[in-house]
Amino acid sequence: MKGKLKLTLSLFITFFKIGLFTFGGGYAMISQIKESVVEKNEWLSEDELLEIIAIAEATPGPIAINMATFVGYKKCGVLGSVFSTLGVVLPSFIIIFIISMFAESFKKNEYVKFAFLGIKAAVAFLILKTGVNMFIKMKKKPYGLIAFSIVFISMILFELFAVSFSAVYFILLGGIAGIVIYSILNIGEKEKEK
Amino acid sequence: MIFWTLFIEFFKIGLFTIGGGYAMIPLVKEAVLNYNWLTESEFYDFIGICESTPGPIAVNMATFVGAGQGGILGGICATLGVILPAFLIILIIASVLKNLTENKYFKGFISGVKPVVVALITSTGLLLLVKCIGFVSIKEFDFNVVSTICFAVITAIYFAYKRIAKKKMSAIMLIVISALLGLLISIILR
Repeated sequence: MKGKLKLTLSLFITFFKIGLFTFGGGYAMISQIKESVVEKNEWLSEDELLEIIAIAEATPGPIAINMATFVGYKKCGVLGSVFSTLGVVLPSFIIIFIISMFAESFKKNEYVKFAFLGIKAAVAFLILKTGVNMFIKMKKKPYGLIAFSIVFISMILFELFAVSFSAVYFILLGGIAGIVIYSILNIGEKEKEK
Repeated sequence: MIFWTLFIEFFKIGLFTIGGGYAMIPLVKEAVLNYNWLTESEFYDFIGICESTPGPIAVNMATFVGAGQGGILGGICATLGVILPAFLIILIIASVLKNLTENKYFKGFISGVKPVVVALITSTGLLLLVKCIGFVSIKEFDFNVVSTICFAVITAIYFAYKRIAKKKMSAIMLIVISALLGLLISIILR
């Protein structure tokens, strides 16, 4: 029991550090996790890490949360997963909460406004760059290109004409289309086998 | 009840975000604009802050929006909402459905969603750029000199750095540089 408690605590501390020192989202976190979870603590093997990265990418939600939950559960069951997840979340929660307390007075400052004119341009660049990079890496199969074009054009048109249509529907429709295509391809292959 | 709304909205965001932090941006934008939690401009400013502070973008956003609407409890509700779907799904995969990610329908679903997500991110980025330059709507154009110059310069710096240093510049570095640029150009042009 005492060993379990100690392990839970060390999971919490390790993931707290990971949450505190990763800037720039999920993928930046992978190298941190590799260092502390695989190399230092030997909680996972390199293969297991690759497996969890694949699972994290294929499931909804922030990659950091997926990883913390998975590692915590593997090492220490549900209790472990709760503490790892709390650990990875707490640093950003605390930091952002403190920022949010000062946000109002901060916004009124003229120089802050000036700085944000630049920051907005950087955010536009980062989002656009991420999207374009993902598009370049995407497998250019007919479905992907068609789905991309439809959603891309619709999003632009909806914005222009102020139509409200939730992105969630696009995601669900894309998922359903994916299942249908997969099933059709599967039937095709089975018939070939016959 | 604001706490419940925050929880549910961010739960939905957590559930439908497939493919990392940036995939979440269009969904969060939709929610915060629908409920008037933030203006569009405040929302993008905040992404800049998220990129410059540690931790998952999703958690940063949930905490900020939640805390703005309902103090610490609001922050907790929104954050719990955004992490719970991921937490539960991974628990299920790790304990019961070990082969879920091998399942062909699951794979089909995910591969069907991927191009949609890429399109959502790209269009969000493009629309933001267009607004950054100064298009308020189709009919209204108010040229934003500072942001336009910043965008051009930051793009040039990014690719020059990539070429010379042979590695990518970190997001936080880009944001710090463009914040300084914004400040400098604004003061010069004043």
